[in-house]
Amino acid sequence: MDVSQITIFTIVTALAATTLMVPPGLLLAWLLARRRFPGRVLLETLVSMPLVLPPVATGLILLLLFSPRGPIGRVLATVGIDVVFTWRAVVLAMTVMGLPLFVRTVRAGLEQVDRRYEAMASTLGAPPLRVFFSITLPLALPALVAGAVLGFARAIGEFGATIMIAGSIPGVTRTLPVAIYSFAETGRDGDALLLVAISAGIAFAALWLSNYLSARAGLRA
Amino acid sequence: MIVLDFTLQQGEFRLQLNEELVGRVTVLFGPSGSGKTTILDAVAGLRTPSNGTIALNGRKLFDARARTDLPPHQRHVGYVPQDVALFPHMNVRRNVLYGRRRGQKLSLDSVASILEIVPLLDRQVVRLSGGEKQRVALARALMSAPDLLLLDEPLAAVDFDLRSRILPYLERVRDELGVPIIYVTHDRDEARRFADHVIVLANGAAVRSGPPQEVLS
Repeated sequence: MDVSQITIFTIVTALAATTLMVPPGLLLAWLLARRRFPGRVLLETLVSMPLVLPPVATGLILLLLFSPRGPIGRVLATVGIDVVFTWRAVVLAMTVMGLPLFVRTVRAGLEQVDRRYEAMASTLGAPPLRVFFSITLPLALPALVAGAVLGFARAIGEFGATIMIAGSIPGVTRTLPVAIYSFAETGRDGDALLLVAISAGIAFAALWLSNYLSARAGLRA
Repeated sequence: MIVLDFTLQQGEFRLQLNEELVGRVTVLFGPSGSGKTTILDAVAGLRTPSNGTIALNGRKLFDARARTDLPPHQRHVGYVPQDVALFPHMNVRRNVLYGRRRGQKLSLDSVASILEIVPLLDRQVVRLSGGEKQRVALARALMSAPDLLLLDEPLAAVDFDLRSRILPYLERVRDELGVPIIYVTHDRDEARRFADHVIVLANGAAVRSGPPQEVLS
């Protein structure tokens, strides 16, 4: 078993998934926090679905959508992109499963931002986009960091959806949780426990970083 | 000249105004709940009237009939709200420079020295006293080179001692920078000392309007 390959692969795909969460996650969080539009509750429900649906079920839905004969997979196949049972499927499963946590955390953060600051910035001549990036986002930064850490941690731990859409191919799609399961199932408890220890280390480091950053943000504000 | 000819409905509260302001400083005078801050919000574009017109030097900021409603960032109206709302994540300098317009005549140096905030520029806003915050907020509004300045009870939150120290700064802004001001207060002495024109408000309507010595006697 290649411990370092599995560890690095998991961290890199989780980082990629966290990065992919940010643009749509920010947009969704902002829409839900600040806009009133028809279908808002529906959107909110859809975004949160992966939190309550069994991850395996989410994985099966993704598999149906992204398989070469599925509605999205077919389009991607025409431009030569395979998703299912590749590293892309791992990132996809991690992104979809982490997104609700990111959106909920950032949304709560955006709702905390005092609208008077945004109003003042606009009277000072700042157009809406500048207000968002210079006022709203920095003031919601602790929530943004917390949301990214939660999303990252969820991505590292992702199992159910990953096993459905990406499988457990050694060296190709096998992540830490999937490897732990495979090793434990085949009686390689020692290897499994080593990976458990590594997972715990990553989780600890991510939470410590999150707490450290929010404490610093708290000091500054 | 500033035209305030509009109606604004807000739940049960109804604000109705038809005034033309020509003086350098117009004071909106009246008890709390009479609609003073609502007027400032409407002029700044933070609240939308249900009807009428708001114009500044011939430029329509709001015109219900023509469906004109300029967003706040296109109005060139400086606003110092009662809670001053300095940006907490920026130091004083970045606050003051936030709204600086390209090619404007006022420099940071001149505004900072008129308001005596030069020693504060590198401080964090949480470390400022009430009076310092007021001056910084005033500087921030001035640096955006506004065509009109809205001041919402700038002396309400500061004690008597500080009041007598900030008032001269406001007079310098009025006299040296020549920016027209709409000034909200419920203090008779402030109104007398500062205003060219006073509008007395009650329950969302102007009950008297004229020079301070006539209106506030």
